[in-house]
Amino acid sequence: MAVFGVRMARVKRKKKTIPAKYILLVLTGICFLLMLGSFALGWTSGPVGTAASYVFIPMQKGLTTVGNWMSDKTSELTSLKDVMKENEALKIQVDELTDELNTLKLEQYDTEDLRELLALDNSYSEYNKLSASVIGKDAGNWFDTFLIDKGSEDGVAEGMNVITGRGLAGIVTEVGPNYAKVRAIIDDTSSVSGMVLSTSDNCIIKGNLQTMDDRQMITFSNLKDTEGKVAVGDQVVTSYISSEYVQGLLIGYISEIHVNSNNLTKSGLITPVVDFEHVKHVLVITDLKTTTESTEEQ
Amino acid sequence: MRRKITVFIIVLVCFLLQTTLFQSISFLTVAPNLLIIVTASFGFMRGKKEGMYIGFLCGALIDIFYAQILGGYALLFMYIGYLNGFFRKLFFPEDFKLPMVLIAASDFLYNFMIYFFLFLFRNRLEFTYYLSHVILPELVYTLLMMIILYFIILKINRRLEEIEKRSAAKFV
Repeated sequence: MAVFGVRMARVKRKKKTIPAKYILLVLTGICFLLMLGSFALGWTSGPVGTAASYVFIPMQKGLTTVGNWMSDKTSELTSLKDVMKENEALKIQVDELTDELNTLKLEQYDTEDLRELLALDNSYSEYNKLSASVIGKDAGNWFDTFLIDKGSEDGVAEGMNVITGRGLAGIVTEVGPNYAKVRAIIDDTSSVSGMVLSTSDNCIIKGNLQTMDDRQMITFSNLKDTEGKVAVGDQVVTSYISSEYVQGLLIGYISEIHVNSNNLTKSGLITPVVDFEHVKHVLVITDLKTTTESTEEQ
Repeated sequence: MRRKITVFIIVLVCFLLQTTLFQSISFLTVAPNLLIIVTASFGFMRGKKEGMYIGFLCGALIDIFYAQILGGYALLFMYIGYLNGFFRKLFFPEDFKLPMVLIAASDFLYNFMIYFFLFLFRNRLEFTYYLSHVILPELVYTLLMMIILYFIILKINRRLEEIEKRSAAKFV
């Protein structure tokens, strides 16, 4: 009798299934609602994301360590020969450089004065920083976002700048309790207000998948270089007028300059200083860029 | 229930591998799309409904951790799973050609949609460039990974179906 009852229940349940197309329709609706909500009202994944992050983040951390170890080992093996050759060359270079260093020390006094003039006395060391490790990269091949292992629990907040030892890497766009999402400056949707160090001219630096893939460079535009002094090799740093990035972070070096068809502005390519292919550890600058509103309040 | 847990573990492992290991060992700056393989495989092996649910799960994971806007990837993966479900009647476990074609088509469709909505709309017009530098390399790499992953999924699915059949037979 009991067995019969169970069988009846199974038959009943099978008959009640909803056709796939209706479920598809409902789920499509939910997706559109989510897209609209996150686009217009800035919804984030909220409690679902928090719950998921506690499951996924520790595992991602572990696997990334394994991945890094593997890529390290393979590159170690292939590059051992190159390294030995390089070592010889470098020894010669060290001699040359020590020589050069002595002359540079003399010039340093001049540079310190110039820094003040350029309002670049806020060097990196003045910002409060927090170190973090990269634990995962975007699932596709279209965008350059990555996750770091520090989140709101460690004091990371949205809008904080992320650097490596060399220069600007990106900006925090979303924060979870134990992770944060960082958009790299080479991401196709990224845009940074920059400044050419030698002339203090401002420009807009945009990430670009195509130039990045082809030549490891990103684009800059809207450079008003009326005197024509900006040259290939000039350093580009984050601008003081940027609303999102603190000033004076090194972005890269100019590699190519073109005059735009309007004959007023210039555009071209910048080689970023950060090696985005091998970013493993980053520093999060916990000082947020003070906006004009907050300075007015003071 | 057993099936749900197994599938969830497969998706979880693929998501983790795709975002960690395969990103750090990716050559040509391209990583394979394991989640597409999972979604499409379950689509044509198990039908529209299961493909749809698994696609939704895969997409939702990417949405939560990596996307700018929620829901987009979930929608895309869900439709890919659903569309693959139409080929269930043509699917035979011994035939390798149909799965290969379907997974290749799914991966192409997925990347094409991303290009269309997230790149073309921002005035990035050089489709041929993106085709040869992102879409096709990923397609080839994904098909290479499919040779391994597909047979694992096929085996797991066959095992699950056996167990389900056995437990169903108990009641008859």
